Amino acid sequence: MSPSAPTPAPATAAQRTDATAGTDTAEPAPMPHLLGIDDLDTAQVVRILDTAEQLLPIATRRRSTVPTLRGKVVCNLFLEDSTRTRLSFDLAAKRLSAEVLNFSAKGSSVSKGESFKDTALTLDAMGVDCVVVRSGSSGAPRQLAGYLDVPILNAGDGWHQHPTQALLDVFTMRRHLGDLAGRHVVIVGDLLHSRVARSEVQALKLLGARVSVVAPPTLLPPQIEGWGVELVANLDDVLPAADVIYLLRVQRERMHRAFFPSSREYSRLWGMDGRRLKMLGDQAIVMHPGPMNRGVEITGEVADSERSVITEQVTNGIAVRMACLYLLLAAAGGGDSEEAR
Amino acid sequence: MSSHPPAITGQGRILLTGGRVLDPASGTDDHLDVAIADGRIVAVGAHARSVLESLDGGSATGEGGTGGAAGDVPGNSTAGNDIEVVDCTGRWVAPGFVDLHTHLREPGGEAAEDIATGSAAGAAGGYTALCAMANTNPVCDTAAIAELVWRRGREVALVDVFPVGSITRGLEGKELTEIGALHACAAKVDFFSDDGIPLADSLVMRRALQYATAFDVVVCNHAEDPDLTAGAQMNEGAMSSVLGLAGWPHEAEEIMLARDLILAGGVGARLHVPHVTTAGAVALIAQAKRDGVRVTAEATPHHLLLTDDLVADYDAVMKVNPPVRTAGDVEAVRAALADGTLDVVGTDHAPHAPEFKDQEWEHAPCGMLGLETAFAVVNTTMVATGLLDPLTAIARFTTGPAAVRDVGGHGRAITEGEDANLVVLDPHATWTVDAAALHSRARNSPYHGRELTGRPLHTLLRGRFTLRDGTVAPAVDL
Repeated sequence: MSPSAPTPAPATAAQRTDATAGTDTAEPAPMPHLLGIDDLDTAQVVRILDTAEQLLPIATRRRSTVPTLRGKVVCNLFLEDSTRTRLSFDLAAKRLSAEVLNFSAKGSSVSKGESFKDTALTLDAMGVDCVVVRSGSSGAPRQLAGYLDVPILNAGDGWHQHPTQALLDVFTMRRHLGDLAGRHVVIVGDLLHSRVARSEVQALKLLGARVSVVAPPTLLPPQIEGWGVELVANLDDVLPAADVIYLLRVQRERMHRAFFPSSREYSRLWGMDGRRLKMLGDQAIVMHPGPMNRGVEITGEVADSERSVITEQVTNGIAVRMACLYLLLAAAGGGDSEEAR
Repeated sequence: MSSHPPAITGQGRILLTGGRVLDPASGTDDHLDVAIADGRIVAVGAHARSVLESLDGGSATGEGGTGGAAGDVPGNSTAGNDIEVVDCTGRWVAPGFVDLHTHLREPGGEAAEDIATGSAAGAAGGYTALCAMANTNPVCDTAAIAELVWRRGREVALVDVFPVGSITRGLEGKELTEIGALHACAAKVDFFSDDGIPLADSLVMRRALQYATAFDVVVCNHAEDPDLTAGAQMNEGAMSSVLGLAGWPHEAEEIMLARDLILAGGVGARLHVPHVTTAGAVALIAQAKRDGVRVTAEATPHHLLLTDDLVADYDAVMKVNPPVRTAGDVEAVRAALADGTLDVVGTDHAPHAPEFKDQEWEHAPCGMLGLETAFAVVNTTMVATGLLDPLTAIARFTTGPAAVRDVGGHGRAITEGEDANLVVLDPHATWTVDAAALHSRARNSPYHGRELTGRPLHTLLRGRFTLRDGTVAPAVDL
């Protein structure tokens, strides 16, 4: 447990019950929304991580709450099934004493005869203070931000972004490795269809990490060269020098569109198994955003090994989501947006 | 046979003075007066006024409204009192525009557009002839539907509507539409397309091209390999990669186009390629033309201006098929329109009701409005930039499309005896597009808020103002 980054100013959420009371330290710009990592700069990312560090004890202690967001209504708008992410946000909001509305709907608004804009305006009419949105459609959170005046927090959209996942991942890496500048993170698997990968790469680049990518060529996004990552042909080649092996979930339904021939071949070429585990350096950790396909991208031996920090990622996710909600709702705009409403 | 409504014809006498006449059919680019009487051009040149004055004034009844424009016509007092003189100084006088690619949505899609609103949009855009695409509901795959669309156009009388027949029944890509019956009906359909849906089956496409040669009609296939574009949402490239949207690779357009060019060349059929968007597609068409394939091809205004970085806000108004591509593709399409590899500007005017565009990007339909902004976009991107001279630019809107299919008295020369299907353009008017102010029922203009240069002022359909001083005439609607 050695968060090496200096802890800058924000008063801990626990001490701060009045949303407008803070005197901001002026450094990182306020976040009107959290739509994607590409909207953030390094200072903003560091502030989120540092805030999460302070909130971690509350996140991990059973039945602990702080009154920071008392009276605020957070709406979890989940337009795609995701029990674990919804539970994590639910818990994060409740630990901060916010009221939580859960709005789940399968399929698109259009299938019900209304537009996505209609759905957004319905939430607006209910007077929610923040919308946490999960959607199978890339860009839905950004559209929502155009329709509503409250902060929008992206809980994963299509293949586009999953910023809180990336933030909890770099938070977890930082706790194990300290400053991530110069650290070598290897991302393995289906980057094409992965909202996690897009956010992850951007967050790591902001923190100065070196990012390598190993994947079947069919599962690489077009023109990934522009992302500032190194393409590696053979997973074995990068294992000894890696600080983090980050495995992406491989969805079995990809197979029938000829992205790769079989899960057996996939796991042989791009899966993390016991043999590869032994090739890692002493400091290296293994991560996965979950849910895992045991036996495909990761064997049970690896998932359950000491190198795996996968369950820790889940715990840290609560603290990081608390930090995001706090920064969007209690600290946003130095209180201006609060008064404007 | 059922009785068909007559073509409405203007009955007054009109003199267009001092304009720069751009007449691609004769190659004329000169300042000339144009005299119009009883729906036809009666004289062009210095003698135009005297020809009009010499006509028997008693026979010109006028429309009662001809005085409306007198206020801005300085020379009015010298003309006979039943001659409307329109000062065109500083303006361009051109043949009325012809659009080979309009989705008028009627029948079936009236929530987005109908023939009256689409015709009004056409008149506002300087068009006198629109080719209504076949992907209506029901599909335009029978003479009955084609005649319905054609007749409704006549009733509205703001443009002439030329229906496009589908290639296959119900756009299903399997059985051929009765091309012969559609060709023989009152609407005289000589242009067939399943536009919106690519005709993927190579055997059906080959047979369609072969069969079409019996009537020498044109087959127009939406060039897209549907296997390569399964689930596609935008142009495939660096932007789709970052935005997490499945891409339409340029290869999908080029592979289908190459197939179509090979098939059309093999059977000697006439092929029209709609909405060409990639540098590779341009090169294929240029080569096919050199090889003698009977191919014509089209550029849309939006593919001359818009690029895929505009998708970044996920505003579905930017969603279109084929997608807006890269700056390099835009450059290639512009160059091809300039050098004639692309023969025509076609709008692919595709209205959608707001509730369908106000969806998540992936659930929103493809398509953009285009009729009322087409000239401005081409003028801004091609003429103002020096890529295209005004006369050739006008050709792409007029003689170009008129050479692809028979559109009667449209896209012809500005000369004595021709129907007075004309547009008067202000090439220097700079305006900001307001989607809510357009005549379409829909609002999905990708140019909303954008400043463009060039605007139609007057449109004349057989000597009758369908657009006068920027105001569209009411539909006749018998």
